[in-house]
Amino acid sequence: MNIFRIIEQLSEVDADVLGRFDSRRAVFKTLGETAKKGALAAAPVFVASLFQKAYGQTTKPSVIEVLNYAQTLELLEEDFYAKMIAAGQVPTGAPAAAITLIKQHETAHVKLLDATIKALGGTPVTGIKFKSSVFPADYATQLAYAQALEDTGVRAYKGQAGNLMGAMAGTTNLLQVALQIHSVEARHAAHIRTMRAQPSWIPASDSSLPAPLGPVYTGAIPESNTTQSGVDITKLGAGYSATDAAASFDEILTMAEVTDASRAGGLIGA
Amino acid sequence: MRRRSFFRVAGATVAASTLVLAGCADDPVAPDLSTPGTLNLGSGDIGVLNYAYLLEQLEAAFYQKVLDSPPTDFTPAELAAFTELRDHEVIHREFFKQVLGTSGIPTMTFDFTSISFTSRASVLAAARTFEDVGVAAYNGAGKLLTTKATLGQLSKIASVEARHAAFIRDLLQLSPFADVVETSGPFTGAATALTPAQVVEAIAKFTPFLVIIADLPTS
Repeated sequence: MNIFRIIEQLSEVDADVLGRFDSRRAVFKTLGETAKKGALAAAPVFVASLFQKAYGQTTKPSVIEVLNYAQTLELLEEDFYAKMIAAGQVPTGAPAAAITLIKQHETAHVKLLDATIKALGGTPVTGIKFKSSVFPADYATQLAYAQALEDTGVRAYKGQAGNLMGAMAGTTNLLQVALQIHSVEARHAAHIRTMRAQPSWIPASDSSLPAPLGPVYTGAIPESNTTQSGVDITKLGAGYSATDAAASFDEILTMAEVTDASRAGGLIGA
Repeated sequence: MRRRSFFRVAGATVAASTLVLAGCADDPVAPDLSTPGTLNLGSGDIGVLNYAYLLEQLEAAFYQKVLDSPPTDFTPAELAAFTELRDHEVIHREFFKQVLGTSGIPTMTFDFTSISFTSRASVLAAARTFEDVGVAAYNGAGKLLTTKATLGQLSKIASVEARHAAFIRDLLQLSPFADVVETSGPFTGAATALTPAQVVEAIAKFTPFLVIIADLPTS
């Protein structure tokens, strides 16, 4: 048992566990200092207070907050692909057809979420744009950003599934709709990875994205994770490599992680 | 060193509450195997996990059979990719087996006589069916669950299945998403979701036993 395992297990019942702490870094800095002082006897008390603080103050986001979070990412993707098509660098033929279709899907997701948020009496977020100053000029880098956005989208939807359990809009089950969109984003991600000559799934050490996009695969539960529900996947059966173990499961990102400036949050702007 | 001892102390205290949180599973009903030739998946979250376990058994058995005697026109890259696909599906299968423990269905045997394993085209077409059905099954299964932990487990696998489906379609030079995404109506942009009844029907020719889903949740 270690703190990473505890947090991994907690995340299975509470996807936003890390969002409840100030930040991962702050948590571990504090833990480190506690250990340095040799205050080992006090450590369990410290951890207990940490968890109490985390769970005592925050409540899970409302359904409309979750949908507006998804809408923020969909608007970001839609605008990114609009800029990519407008930039005119995508080769004609299969690449242009794929990017055009992906853009159509993102537009459809925006409309679907907009209608759902309004049906629930909420106000849909608008005006989210991909920051022009970071939009890359060349096709290869544009594709790398597309991969980052799609793989982030998969992790973001997965991270909110638990918050949509039982949520309805009329007769529509919102968890199912979210999972349906989640699988579309995963197909997008896989295809864009293929277009970049990368594996369709995410191996243990994924360095296929140039700086500053690397944090897409990090997080409290990184994509390199090889332990699921307390099961060490590398030790199943005859044993597996870390890459097989990591690639066979995708991982979540919390809202706070996705909207952090090191990830999608840093791509939103004028 | 100091860090390690710290975690050992800290871990012991939190372990109990973590287990309580992680252990609030639905009341399990074990699968019924009393009637020969039938497989009852059971009820509640356990039943849904068994449903996923059955699909992963089917996929793993299929990929293993491909690798036992690969089509001669498979490229080395395709062979390597199918080895990875087999490994992913075996991992999913063994993961569910371990999570389900004594509540799990037994290891099933499937009927692949409708697939021509000497033909690359036939193998890829079958792989496409298994992966597309698998993705749609996971899309439809999430809402049947009552615990976040189980939903978390299934959704971590669901997107990997979607990646597989897109990969197989790329090999077939088909659009990896065109005809599995709604193009009209209120759910435009959402991918196909299938109910357990629809999935059981879609895989019926591969299951030489009757899959009983009567006790599975329906909403």
